[in-house]
Amino acid sequence: MSAIKLQGARTLFYKEVLRFWKVSFQTVAAPVLTAVLYLLIFGHVLEDHVKVYDAVGYTSFLIPGLVMMSVLQNSFANSSSSLIQSKITGNLVFLLVTPLSHWAWFMAYVGASVVRGLAVGTGVFLVTVWFAPPSFAEPWWILVFAALGAGMLGALGLIAGLWAEKFDQMAAFQNFIIMPMTFLSGVFYSIKSLPPFWQGISHLNPFFYMIDGFRRGFFGISDVSPWISLAIVGTAFVVVSAIALELLRKGYKIRG
Amino acid sequence: MSPPRSGPPAISFQNVSKTYRGGAVRALDGVSFDIQPGEFFGLLGPNGAGKTSLISILAGLSQASGGSVKVMGHDVVGDYAAARRALGIVPQELVFDPFFNVREALEIQSGYFGVKGNGAWIDELLENLGLADKAKANMRQLSGGMKRRVLVAQALVHRPPVIVLDEPTAGVDVELRQTLWAFIARLNREGHTVLLTTHYLEEAEALCHRIAMLKLGRVVALDRTSDLLSGRASTMLRFKTDAALPPALREHSRVTGRIVQIKAHDAAEVEAMLATLRAAQVPVEDLEIGRADLEDVFLEIMNGAEQGVGA
Repeated sequence: MSAIKLQGARTLFYKEVLRFWKVSFQTVAAPVLTAVLYLLIFGHVLEDHVKVYDAVGYTSFLIPGLVMMSVLQNSFANSSSSLIQSKITGNLVFLLVTPLSHWAWFMAYVGASVVRGLAVGTGVFLVTVWFAPPSFAEPWWILVFAALGAGMLGALGLIAGLWAEKFDQMAAFQNFIIMPMTFLSGVFYSIKSLPPFWQGISHLNPFFYMIDGFRRGFFGISDVSPWISLAIVGTAFVVVSAIALELLRKGYKIRG
Repeated sequence: MSPPRSGPPAISFQNVSKTYRGGAVRALDGVSFDIQPGEFFGLLGPNGAGKTSLISILAGLSQASGGSVKVMGHDVVGDYAAARRALGIVPQELVFDPFFNVREALEIQSGYFGVKGNGAWIDELLENLGLADKAKANMRQLSGGMKRRVLVAQALVHRPPVIVLDEPTAGVDVELRQTLWAFIARLNREGHTVLLTTHYLEEAEALCHRIAMLKLGRVVALDRTSDLLSGRASTMLRFKTDAALPPALREHSRVTGRIVQIKAHDAAEVEAMLATLRAAQVPVEDLEIGRADLEDVFLEIMNGAEQGVGA
């Protein structure tokens, strides 16, 4: 990529980061507070009643799940909300008339989504760490699954932002696809506690592998091998990215 | 003054067509013409004529169903990056990004084109467009006219050789129009090519070297502005009246409120019209006989008379 193209992509990335940072109360502080409330409520109610792993308290078990849930939801929210807002207000024209390639769009939007996801995830971790002492049994898995998960959800947000023509459609995508997949991925429980049928369903959910692999980094324990999770999440990331890139290349719903 | 000709045309439309709804609606039908480097070119037509479709294809906002479009010799599809780098587009809609102030918006737009460290040019744009004291103002705080100025600055921030102004003065005050035209005219004198679409025909008449007129997706007129004016009915009888016109004149006249304009080809025809008005006892005020302007030519062409076109 030439220096000019790289500068263009870097500018779009900078603009996307600046966009969410300028409203960081809404985009960073609010999701951190939401995650802490989940921890307070579920942790307080279930701490003495639920045991997922023998050596791990429920609050400790819950924290990585909440961190990863925040990473995923906010990565998705960044690219999807930025695109849909620009489409509806019409200011996407400023980007459409530029020489930026579909690769530049992809790297900038997904890159900024990863930054926001990791910023919120770090915030959630720093606040929740006061509720239970952290452990980092295999920390490389933490970094790998956080980055891959944020990237995949950033790319998924791009697809949703391109597809949706109004805020209502975007809300449907978020509430009927992202939210159920996140909540049914083992954030609040181990899927081993589910009936066999729902265990099978959970194994079809790539979000489960992201959270399970991410949690492995903290406790060194997981429902499935982290290598299997890495293969599945990596494949999902490549597939979702390929779809997003193709839609961008075609100008799907953004170029007439 | 003839525009300078060297190298490829600044903009080239070759047999451009655009259809919607599987071909049911034809917005552009074989549009072909070139705009030479350094020209100030007007693209006129009624609503729905295809102006916006043509500009959208030029800008890469939509794709042609057929034909080709080039900017400074670069195809807008096959070599889109070079074509877009050569273009600065002022969109018709008053759009803005509410997250940024004016200077940030300009720096970001500049960066998209790979241009950085051009603070002096941004300062010059702000100064020339009357935005210097609004540089730190958020886009939401600006009036409509100020937002329009920012759109112009955003289009120029990467110093494109070709500038496209799509209805740039729609709904803006006289001061901005004068500021804008003075600045654009200066850029044109410095060698920038300008393509203007507007419904303000007096602006097109005053500014454009050549004009193309579109009707139902086809070019129905393309000529030097002076030739368009001289090649048509050159005399207009204008007056004000509250009375009804005699039938013999009514069908040939254009009435705007109290103002009546009737096309005439020579002095004898003017005298005959005046005699008809006297015979019908139509009281007239502010009677004048003048040259046909671009609006007269435009209406004449749009009412059906096609002239030969050629690039």
